[in-house]
Amino acid sequence: MKKADIPLIINGRRIDGRLPEEIREVKMSVGEILNADGSARVSFGKTEAIVAVYGPRALFPKFLQESDVGLVRVTYSMSPFSVDERKNPAPDRRSIEISKVTKEALSAAIFIEDFPKAVVDIYENIVQADGSTRVTAINAASIALASAGIPMKDLVAACSVGKVGDILIVDLNGKEDNYSEADMAIAMMPSKGLITLLQMDGRLTKEEILQLLKKAEEVCKKIYELQRKTLLEKFKVEED
Amino acid sequence: MTQREIVLPGTYIEERKGRKVVNCYVEGEKVFSKVLGILKVSDDEISVVPLAGKYFPKVGDRIIGRIEEIEVSGWWVDINSPYKAFLPLGEAVEEFVDVRRVDLSRFYDIGDIIFCKITKVTKNKMVQVSMKDMLARKLFGGITIKITPYKVARVIGKGGSMIELIKKKTGSEIYVGQNGIIWIKGDKKEKAIEAILTIEKEAHISGLTEKIAKMLGG
Repeated sequence: MKKADIPLIINGRRIDGRLPEEIREVKMSVGEILNADGSARVSFGKTEAIVAVYGPRALFPKFLQESDVGLVRVTYSMSPFSVDERKNPAPDRRSIEISKVTKEALSAAIFIEDFPKAVVDIYENIVQADGSTRVTAINAASIALASAGIPMKDLVAACSVGKVGDILIVDLNGKEDNYSEADMAIAMMPSKGLITLLQMDGRLTKEEILQLLKKAEEVCKKIYELQRKTLLEKFKVEED
Repeated sequence: MTQREIVLPGTYIEERKGRKVVNCYVEGEKVFSKVLGILKVSDDEISVVPLAGKYFPKVGDRIIGRIEEIEVSGWWVDINSPYKAFLPLGEAVEEFVDVRRVDLSRFYDIGDIIFCKITKVTKNKMVQVSMKDMLARKLFGGITIKITPYKVARVIGKGGSMIELIKKKTGSEIYVGQNGIIWIKGDKKEKAIEAILTIEKEAHISGLTEKIAKMLGG
C-alpha cells in the first residue's frame, strides 16, 4: 500500500475539508451537445464528465446485428489534459475495462429488446479527473440516455465509497482514490434497489462492506434525486 | 387529465387494473414509465407520450421517405429511423411490370422523395411501405427539413389548424411526415421553414398559433 505524503483525515475532516459522509458539490446539465441525440455534463467537485448518446441507429457491421435485441456500446476515454501528467489519448487497458463495466452497469437498465438490430452508442469523456471518474461517467450517461428517449427501467445512479484509516468515507477524490486502504465503485437503480456495478480495490472486512453498501445506497439516492431534478427542469412543459 | 405531468424512466405511475400500457412496463400489478415523457392516464389505457427519441415505425403512419436503393422487385426507403423500409413493386405500381426487362428506376429513382404509408412492421422491425393510399405520391422539387418526430403533432396543430395556417399565409405546398420529415415547395418556402422551426423550438409555449400567425403577417 502506497502511503500518502500528508494524512488524509485530520480531526475528522478530509483533505478537502469535507466530513467523511459528505459528497462534493454536484453539478448536472443536459442537452449541451446539440448534434447528439442526448447529452449530459456532470461534475463532482473537480471531476467532470461529458457524455454523448447517439441512437438507436442502424448497426454496422451487419454481422453484429441481432434480430431480437439491440446493442449498447460504450466508449470511455480520458482527455489528455484531464490529469496532471499528459495522458495518452489512445485506449489503454484501464479505459477498455471501464468501458466494459460501465456498459454492463447501464445496459442492465436499458430495454434492448425495444430496438432490435440497432445500436445505442455512448461516448463518455472525462475532461477533468479527480477521482471517481467511472461513477461520474455513469451518472452522466444515465441522464444522457433518458434525455435521448431511450427506454429504461430506471435511472442509474453511481457513487464511490472507501476507507481511510478506520474511517469509512463516501465520494473519494483523486488523492483518496490513490492512497486509501480500500475503495469501492457502486452503481445502482435506486428505486428498484438493484446493484448494477460493484467493484472493489483494497482490503475490507465483511462488516465494513455491508456498512459501505448501506452508505452507498444513501448517496446513490441523493444523486438519483439530483438526476431527476435536472431532467425535469430541462423538459418541463408549460401549462396550457 | 388537465395537468401535464412529466414522468422519467422508472417512475411509478399506478396499479394496472387490467389496462393497456404504452411506453410503460409492468412489474406484478405496478406500472412504471419506460421513457421520459408526458403521462396520460385514462380508464382503459396508461400511456406515456415521449418527449425525445428517434422515430419508430408504426403501421398506418404516413411518412416521407427517400429512395435509397433499387432492388430487383422493389425499393429500399430511408425513413429517418434506425430501420429502412421496403417498398415492394406491387405496392408501388398498378400496372404489370416485367422485372426482367424493365429498369425500376423509371418509376422511382435513387434520391426521389415519396409520401407513403406504413403497412407492415414485424416484430424484428422489418418495415414495409405502400403507395396504395389516397395521399401517397412522389414529391417533385421542393426541399425537405427534419424536425424531432415527437413535435410533428404540434406542427400539424389541432385538426390541422397550424399547418393550414402556414400553407395559407405562405402559399406553399407542404407535406408533413409522421417521421419528422417535412417537404415544402413554393415561392415563400423560407418563411414556412422559419415558422416550422420556430414551432419546433417553442413547442411547449401556449398560444403558439397566434404567435405564428403574427410572425407570418397578412
